[in-house]
Amino acid sequence: MNKDDKEAVLFKPVEKTGRGFYLVVAGLVLILAWAAYAYSRQIVDGLDVTGLNRPVYWGLYITNFVFFIGISHAGTLVSAILRVFGAEWRRPITRAAEAITVFALVLGTGNIMIDMGRPDRLLNIIRYGRFQSPLVWDVTSLTVYLTASLTYLYLPLIPDLAILRDRPGLSPWRRWLYTKLSIGWQGTEEQKHRLERLIGIMAVLIIPIAVSVHTVVSWVFAMTVQPMWHSTIFGPYFVIGAIFSGIATLIIVMVILRRAFNLYAYITDQHFSNLGLLLMIFAFLWAYFTFSEYLTEFYGNEPAGMRVLFAKLVEEFSLMFWAMWLFNFILPFILLSNRRTRTVTGTVVTSILVNVGMWLERYNIVVPTLTRPRLPSPITSYTPTWVEWSVLVGSFAVFAMLYVLFSKLFPIVSIWEVREGEEIAAGGVVAGHHAEAGAD
Amino acid sequence: MPHWGMVIDLDRCVACQACSAACRAENNVSFAGPEETALGRAIYWQEVLAEVDGEYPNVRGTFIPRPCMHCENPPCVRVCPVGATYQNEEGLVLQRYERCIGCRYCMVACPYAVRYFNWRAPEWAEGMERYQNPDVPIRPKGVVEKCTFCTHRLPVPACNQACPGNARFFGDLEDPDSVVSQLARSPRAFRLLEDLGTEPKVYYLREGA
Repeated sequence: MNKDDKEAVLFKPVEKTGRGFYLVVAGLVLILAWAAYAYSRQIVDGLDVTGLNRPVYWGLYITNFVFFIGISHAGTLVSAILRVFGAEWRRPITRAAEAITVFALVLGTGNIMIDMGRPDRLLNIIRYGRFQSPLVWDVTSLTVYLTASLTYLYLPLIPDLAILRDRPGLSPWRRWLYTKLSIGWQGTEEQKHRLERLIGIMAVLIIPIAVSVHTVVSWVFAMTVQPMWHSTIFGPYFVIGAIFSGIATLIIVMVILRRAFNLYAYITDQHFSNLGLLLMIFAFLWAYFTFSEYLTEFYGNEPAGMRVLFAKLVEEFSLMFWAMWLFNFILPFILLSNRRTRTVTGTVVTSILVNVGMWLERYNIVVPTLTRPRLPSPITSYTPTWVEWSVLVGSFAVFAMLYVLFSKLFPIVSIWEVREGEEIAAGGVVAGHHAEAGAD
Repeated sequence: MPHWGMVIDLDRCVACQACSAACRAENNVSFAGPEETALGRAIYWQEVLAEVDGEYPNVRGTFIPRPCMHCENPPCVRVCPVGATYQNEEGLVLQRYERCIGCRYCMVACPYAVRYFNWRAPEWAEGMERYQNPDVPIRPKGVVEKCTFCTHRLPVPACNQACPGNARFFGDLEDPDSVVSQLARSPRAFRLLEDLGTEPKVYYLREGA
């Protein structure tokens, strides 16, 4: 198979639209319409349509918020950390990962806005924002992260936009779009050098930004005095959990892309094996942090904390709590430690389990603490309503829709980076980049 | 400038809840109804907490009227992203309803659970709108509200005025000769959740005097 035939598969989703695309989009539009209807009921009637109450003031929406922000760490891990460490196997999956980051951030911030009682007053955060409030730290670091991620998605897209711009047979609006967005890229040595430097700077910068994002998200909880929230471990705990769920999401997205766009030559079984190992390492890290948290609480024997602890361990939250352990640690350990089960299927199944487990983990952090206030309360339970579940399903639909539209407009595998990787593997020297031992 | 505080004598309190009712009437607190109340949506700026310990016949009931503590170190003010919750020069923790974005972070941060949210637009039973107090704003849907120590009718909050047992006192904690100052210094005096460092300004006088 010569290079053009091999590469044809990378251009196909952008240049040809089959029936599958329309079916998927139609399905997503239906789900989105339903979710929009659910949210409209909330706009009209207020948050009364949810299952939230006093004392459970936060529930599914905040769980979703933390969950999606967590997933957004997928892109940062693959594109930035692997790039900084020179891991060549990142090349075919780097754009898919960065797209996950941007779209997950959209859903994260979207869920926060849906949770607000007065979303019409959103700008008050800018007009009257108080830097003492962890929520303002949140808004700040999320804004910075979203901006940086968009930049980090766009910069490596430029050479591919130029490749598309120069392809024959483009419709006029597409040629206009790619011409505008590729901002005059001609692939000169000087341009390539500048781009490499910019991308390199962004890759290094975006790592601490990403760490700060999930740290401040955790601090929204940890900076209160509430039992089992006020924990010093929350910052690193949430970051580890975010990277964990990010890797799992990346694996799921990769297997879908590989199947949908026939990318088997680019997204190989080795990718899944590597990411599967990384997933297992993070399963251990997650288990370590979670065990530390719960053991410490138990030994402290502080009454308010123990009420929350036992709510999770043996009372009404126990099913979700032990399911979380099963999905996040026990099953991943069994499936991923054994090479016979660390197949593509095994890794994907584990990733789905991890994503469910991590959503449960966020729920287990947000809700049980609120059901056990220090002073007597007539209500101690929370049951989400159809509106809240619809928003969750709708959030996934928005994510999928953004992804489908993105891969319709732009190549989901970075063509120029893959080409560059092949040249390096063949022993060539590329502007600003030398063949590195450690490729693959 | 007075620094307001409240003292509640638990030996005199009979848990009649006249204070809770008077507060709701005075402050235009919206009606909830049995279904909404069962869902945990009822608003009680002043609420009587009830706790029953032990097994019959060795039972002990404790009833504690609980307004907002108007903490000197309020955790709610610290976390509000837009400064809708603030502390004024008289030590009261108040709410700017027009600024509140309804994020409910202040509610989550308060260890005493004194804050309430307007989950829906406020409602009154047929005809009851005629009894609304013109001195107190009606809060819209989607914002947080709570006890204000009746800042509009100081120095006597409605709950204190309504108490039939003369169990409640209110005044300037910084005036050493005021009733509240003297009672707050009583050996019977205690505050709720004192070890959290919130420095609440509602004192209780222990039962069993």
